[in-house]
Amino acid sequence: MSESITGVGTEMQSYYGRPIVKEPVWQPEIPTYLFTGGIAGGCSLLHGFARVAGYERLAKTALYVGAAADVVSPALLISDLGRPERFLNMLRVFKVTSPMSVGSWILFVSGGASNTAAALELVGRLRPVKWVAELVSFAAGAPLATYTGTLFADTAIPVWHEARKELPWLFGASAAASAGAATAIFLPPKESGPARRLAVAGVAVELGVMEAMQHRLGFVGEVYKKEAAGKLARASKVLTAAGAAALAARGRRSRGAAVAGSALVLAGELALRWSVFRAGFQSARDPRYTVIPQKQRKQQAQSK
Amino acid sequence: MSDFATLTDITGHPDGWETYDADQQPRMGFFTDTSICIGCKACEVACKEWNVIPEDGLVWTGDSYDNTSELGANSWRHVAFIEQRKPLRQDDEGDDALRWLMSSDVCKHCTHAACLDVCPTGSLLRTEYGTVVVQEDICNGCGYCVPACPFGVLDKRHLPRKPDDEPLALPLLGKKEDGRVWKCTLCYDRLKGGHEPACAKACPTDSIQFGEVDELRDRAHKRLDKLEQNGWNGARLYGDDPDDGVGGFGAFFLLLDEPEVYGLPPDPVVTTKHLPEMWKTTAFAAAATLVGTAVAFLGGRE
Repeated sequence: MSESITGVGTEMQSYYGRPIVKEPVWQPEIPTYLFTGGIAGGCSLLHGFARVAGYERLAKTALYVGAAADVVSPALLISDLGRPERFLNMLRVFKVTSPMSVGSWILFVSGGASNTAAALELVGRLRPVKWVAELVSFAAGAPLATYTGTLFADTAIPVWHEARKELPWLFGASAAASAGAATAIFLPPKESGPARRLAVAGVAVELGVMEAMQHRLGFVGEVYKKEAAGKLARASKVLTAAGAAALAARGRRSRGAAVAGSALVLAGELALRWSVFRAGFQSARDPRYTVIPQKQRKQQAQSK
Repeated sequence: MSDFATLTDITGHPDGWETYDADQQPRMGFFTDTSICIGCKACEVACKEWNVIPEDGLVWTGDSYDNTSELGANSWRHVAFIEQRKPLRQDDEGDDALRWLMSSDVCKHCTHAACLDVCPTGSLLRTEYGTVVVQEDICNGCGYCVPACPFGVLDKRHLPRKPDDEPLALPLLGKKEDGRVWKCTLCYDRLKGGHEPACAKACPTDSIQFGEVDELRDRAHKRLDKLEQNGWNGARLYGDDPDDGVGGFGAFFLLLDEPEVYGLPPDPVVTTKHLPEMWKTTAFAAAATLVGTAVAFLGGRE
């Protein structure tokens, strides 16, 4: 028999409780990429402003960290493909209707530019080429840090699609926090001021956006309180808040506190990406999240 | 339909069907009339045979006669079975009401197809018949179309590759699985040869009807009128409306209960309908991230 389910005042039937939309087929590489891609994007911005401000050590460190993240990121994405040997097919078209197509090009440009700049910085040659590469990397930074939010939102997964107003902000803030923390780890407190402040501010914005997102999602957002996504969301909150507090309170005076705080922020940001990732699976698995909002939308349209 | 104009505006070209010019064919599709489905699964079998879809395990689910469970990479037709304590006709009285609903589900070949929109390689394309097809020599298994489909039609195939596949050089690139996504092609190869799709050909009751979508819509409305006159309980069309969230299905249905009873979404909307708004949000968030990073420099080096 088909099962009758009630959720937020709407009764629905289901087909043997089976899901309607498919769970993503993405593997652990994808949430890890969200994290490393965020670091790469955030570091491009940090590096660019540090150059302009003349903070050479900060600029160099952000450049190297970002370039490393820009190497790891495409490797993760290629490894996740069902046919990795066909990864270049991503570059056979450019489609604005596909955030993954747009993202592939952003990552291609960003990775090429940041690694060119880092290599030239290392060998100390071809300065004009390096400047151009730095400029291109800077331009790609903010899109790289945020497009993944829209990549997730542009699906039929209720908890992602309904969060389309928040996900790019959440991921942008998370990218800024991750980049700040990842850079601050390698610098003495005397040189790492902007990176630390970026980490703290990123965490603050991200915690706020996460709250607002869950509040607005309502019934659909309850997956962030349940199962794996719930545990990861709670872990992320505790870790990022503790890390940001350590950075804000003692990061300026103590190298140890700065390193510990940064590590906590990084762990928390990784947990955040995993939480959003797992929430999508939980949201797809339960047909209530697909059916009930659609039924309510239909009823509202009919009563008009 | 004005909601969708924005997408065409930003891409600068229409969905694809209109670009075939002289080669464009009438839009072809299915009308699946579930009121005369007898649950024989000939459609499932014919589809598997014609399209050489691999066997993917035999299980007993215990869900009525349904052991296929869902559409996926290896099931392009899926017959749903629903046993209900509901009368078949509205005027049937008594406590012993019982009906057995059967419905052969398939890819909807949406007018506005999310899978096609989000495909980053251009592997998914709109054919000259207005149908949506995966080009298997292009698909690299990124999996984006899988959660993008509002009906959960597409899936990645998790079966070993054929032994004659080319050997691969690097271990990173040497996955052993097929790894690509697969779905109903509306028998593109058969259409090219002037034949109807295998499932429609095999259907013994004409529950699955193949033809030009416009003509099928007329036929479906006439059939619905007749069922309503005869007092059938819950008869309705699903996916026939060109103004719905996906611009109407190329393969639509006559159902006898709410769509969700059959495992279908009640009000599907193509996710890319909101994409212009999403890109706008992304632009603002990107700008804020940039400005935020600049602000972090105000406190100086330390």
